[in-house]
Formats: sequence, C-alpha cells, structure tokens
Amino acid sequence: MNSIADMPLDALLAAHPCVADFIAALGLRAPEQPLPLGGWLALLADEDLLDAGMERGQMLAHIQRLIDEVQAMAAAAGRRVGSLTLIGGRDKSGAPEAVRLTVQAGEVLCVVGPTGCGKSRLLADIECLAQGDTPTGRRVLVDGQPPGDDQRDALDRKLVAQLSQNMNFVVDLGVRELVTMHAQCRMVVDPEAMAEQVIACANTLTGEQFSPEVPVTQLSGGQTRALMIADAALLSASPVVLIDEIENAGVDRKRALDLLISGEKIVFISTHDPLLALRGHRRLVIRNGGIARIIETSAREQRNLVRIEALDAAVMAIRERLRQGDLIEEDVQWPT
Amino acid sequence: MQLITVAGSPSVGKTSVILRVVDLLRRDGLKVGVVKLDALSTSDDERYAGHGIPVAVGLAGGLCPDHYFVSNVADCLAWGLRQGFDLLISESAGLCNRCSPHINGVLAVCVVDALAGVQTPKKIGPMLRLADLVVITKGDIVSQVEREVFAYQVRLANPGARALFCNGITGQGATALAAQCRQAPPTPTLEGSRLRFPMPAAVCPYCVGETAIGETHQRGNVKKMRFADRAESP
Ligand SMILES: Nc1nc2c(ncn2[C@@H]2O[C@H](COP(=O)(O)OP(=O)(O)O)[C@@H](O)[C@H]2O)c(=O)[nH]1
Ligand SMILES: [Mg+2]
Repeated sequence: MNSIADMPLDALLAAHPCVADFIAALGLRAPEQPLPLGGWLALLADEDLLDAGMERGQMLAHIQRLIDEVQAMAAAAGRRVGSLTLIGGRDKSGAPEAVRLTVQAGEVLCVVGPTGCGKSRLLADIECLAQGDTPTGRRVLVDGQPPGDDQRDALDRKLVAQLSQNMNFVVDLGVRELVTMHAQCRMVVDPEAMAEQVIACANTLTGEQFSPEVPVTQLSGGQTRALMIADAALLSASPVVLIDEIENAGVDRKRALDLLISGEKIVFISTHDPLLALRGHRRLVIRNGGIARIIETSAREQRNLVRIEALDAAVMAIRERLRQGDLIEEDVQWPT
Repeated sequence: MQLITVAGSPSVGKTSVILRVVDLLRRDGLKVGVVKLDALSTSDDERYAGHGIPVAVGLAGGLCPDHYFVSNVADCLAWGLRQGFDLLISESAGLCNRCSPHINGVLAVCVVDALAGVQTPKKIGPMLRLADLVVITKGDIVSQVEREVFAYQVRLANPGARALFCNGITGQGATALAAQCRQAPPTPTLEGSRLRFPMPAAVCPYCVGETAIGETHQRGNVKKMRFADRAESP
C-alpha cells in the first residue's frame, strides 16, 4: 500500500474532512503551497510539534488510523439485527433461570416487577450483551450467534441504545446543532435534513413544541424525552432500544411506541404504565433477580387496552384544557 | 507483574472506576495494589484502604506532578514487586492536559467523563491521544445522543484506542475493562523504557521560585502570546 506520507496534503484534506479537523485540533495550519503530508510534517518546527503534543511518526500513524476508522464506521453504519436471544442465568438465590427467549425486530417487550427485583439488571445485561460474565450469568445472542468483541465494545455504533430516566444535556449547543452532529457521527448522507426530520417528529410526540434553535439544556423533561425517542427511532442505528420508564409527563406514549415499532426496533421497556405494558407484545415478570414468567398480551388484555386508552385520552384532554386556562366544572364523563 | 497507568483530569471518576475493576480482579484471585500520585493532597488512599487495597501515595508538592511521576515510577514498580502484586495500577491526575504518564509497552488508560461535553476529547492532549484504552464515565447522566456524539469524538481523537463506557458508581462496564487489564503486558522492569511523548520543557525562573512579574524576570524558556491588534513581532 502507498504510504499516506506521499499523498498531497490538499487532496488528503479534501477527501477526509476528519483529517482537517484533527490538524486544526492540534493547533496547526495546513500550508498554502501543495506538499505531500510527509513533506509538510518534516517542515514543521520541533517546537510546533511539542506544542501539538505528538511526534511526526505518531501523527502519521494517527492520521492513517483516523482514515481507516472513519471508513470502518461508514461501512458498519447500516447494520440491522433480526433477533435477540436471551438465555437465562440464575436468580438472586442462585436458582437457575430456565428461560430461552427470542425477540424479533419490531417487537416490544415490557419488563415488570417491584422496585429492586432486578429489572435494571436485566436491561444492563442486554445493554452489555452479557456472555455469562455478569452477576446473573445470562447470555445474549445476536441473530442466534454470540456477538463478537467488536460488537460488544463498539461505542458510538452500539447495537443497544439505552434511554434512561436521567436524560440530561450538558453541552452548549442548540437542538439542531446537536442532532446534526449525531447524524454526522451516524454517517447519515444528509445530516441537516435528518436533523429537521427528527425535530419535527419529536414535536409530534410532545404537547410543548420547541424550535430547532433552542439550546438543548433548556428543553423541559417532556421535550427531552420526546427528542430522545424520535432520535432513537429515526436516527440511532442501534437496532435494540432499552427504555427505563417513559414518564407520562409531556410525551404521547402511544405514538412514541408506534414510532419505535415502525423503525423495526427491538424494544425493552421497564414500566408499569398500563398504556405501555399492555401495548407490548409480551411481558417479562421479574422476581428475585430472575425472569419468573413470560406473559403474552392476550386478546382480552388488548380490548382492555382500548378502554384504558380512551380513559387516558379523556384525562389528557382535561390536561390540555387546564393548560389553556379553562375551568373543569362540568361533571366529567368517563368513556365506557 | 503487570503495570497499568491510569490518568485523567480531577474528578472524572478514576478512583471509582479503579475500585470497581479491582473488585473484579480480586474475585479472580489476583493480588492488586495501587499507587496514587497527586499534586498537593489526596484522600484517595483512604478509599483504597477502605476496600482493603494496598496503596502507596506520592505527593509532588511544588514539582510538576507528571514529572514527579516519571522520576518515581520505577520505585513504584519496585514496591509492587516487593509486595508480590500480580497487578499494579497507578492513578494520576492530568492537570494541564499536556503531560501524560503513558509509557511504551505499559497498558495506558485515560479516563474522561461524558459530562465534559462533546468538544472536550479533541482538546485533551497526549494523555488521551496516546492511550491504549479510553474509559468514559458518567454516561448515566447524559442523554444517549450526547453519549454517542461524545464517544465518536473520543474515537476521532484517538482512533487506535479501544474506548468503553464504565459507570464508576454502578460498575456497569467494569467487566470489559477488567478483561482488558488482565491482558495487559507484563512489566518486569522499567529500565530503558520510554515515555510515549516528551513532557513539556519548563525551565524558566518561575519554575524555580521566582514570584516577581515583569519583562526583566522573564529569562530562559519564555514564550510570548501574540495579539491580533499588534503587528507580528520580529
Ligand atoms: N453519575 C456518575 N458519577 C460518577 C461516575 N463515576 C464517578 N462518579 C462520581 O464522580 C465523583 C468523582 O469521582 P472520583 O472517582 O473521586 O474521581 P477521580 O478524581 O478521577 O478519582 C464522585 O463523586 C463519584 O461518585 C459515573 O459513572 N456516574
Ligand atoms: Mg481519585
């Protein structure tokens, strides 16, 4: 292979914006006249290199790895997962957990059980694609196979995205800027258009609209959750989504779930919210750290779900009227 | 014995992560010790001792903590060998983002926290760029979007490294990190070993106690700022 040291720097920078970013981050400036990368490095003053914090050989190797890495990320961007298989380990008293559960893309599983029973532990096992190396001894297969090490530690193209209860932003960026950055690191072809789509979608999930310019740190809890769900459904390449409770505040849960299902995601939600729990295809009942039972949502439960949804819609309508400053004095009629 | 250098800015979660990892390593029957290097004071030794982990402390005082580290790392290794450890971990705070304790042939870990914001990874110098393993903490407090963008920036800042998330409080992710530590190359001696990058030259009167401010006191290795409103100085 031809060494990148011989490549003209201007062509290299044009073909690989990541290299330009890297050189800028080192505080160095590319030369005006055309030079091969190696020639430019040789011309740099030792003092500039010391300031930059890398030696010539290290920079060359670094730039080569950077180009390879970005190409590898682009190649891996479109990966899909058809199924996830969970093989039981043991519960908190060491008794075997006799479970082998396969979940297909587009399926929603709810995880139920009292606080402290091991719901978060189950989500954590899925998140790290456990291979018998966590306290529960559970194993997770991807498309029927144990995941490779590269899949287990791939950080920014993880198979599993986790939406936790703590969803804060710390960065000083607007919504559009951050989502565009996310789209760029997902190697999306048109990051700006994707960002618009995610933001528009998030706005259909929340009663409180927000503009693309608003700083992410100023979003309300409901707006943040809506944005994270829209992002997970439309933009995140992770085929598996774990949700630690979607609080009902400010998010249209039914629509959120439909959105995730339509994205062909495998969704695990830890929840006792009837709207979500009965909307899932199956429920995992956790007791004493192990999966004690798997319940298929029955036709009767589905009929009850329709009733509960009507009730919820009635409550939501009252909520909306309160927001508008209305009085709620009439005898409230509940749908039957 | 295997030596592992762990570096990262103050409060990123180095001690928390090391405690989690050592718990796992000891479960496998490994004998692990820690050396903690800091500038002025530390209470980390109590945290390690509280977990029953043998710990030695070095305080740099008036010296640059990283220079102090290099002058003492061979002695730390000797201490670890005398104690019969299987694994010795050094914890040091990268205070100026510029020095790094990483040594060729010795597993080099840099800890960064996701709270630092997505712009930070590219600003951290050799400590991050020349590490073998980058551990990202506090991922639990930021949204998954920011977490992913942060991880991406870490990969761009050090494309050769393995990067992984580890929660210093719950220990989520520590298993993978412990597995990496078990595979660290052995370090029988540091005689003849080299730092991965030179530490900055800093020999000016202020290094040796000068306190007076003014042109006449600036001798030796002095570097001046440039201001845009002034013509380029000769
Ligand atoms: N939320 C959260 N807090 C953490 C995490 N890791 C460390 N911390 C907290 O961050 C603070 C600093 O941690 P410490 O280990 O002392 O940092 P060090 O100075 O780098 O050794 C402590 O209050 C820890 O409890 C993490 O992954 N998540
Ligand atoms: Mg510490």
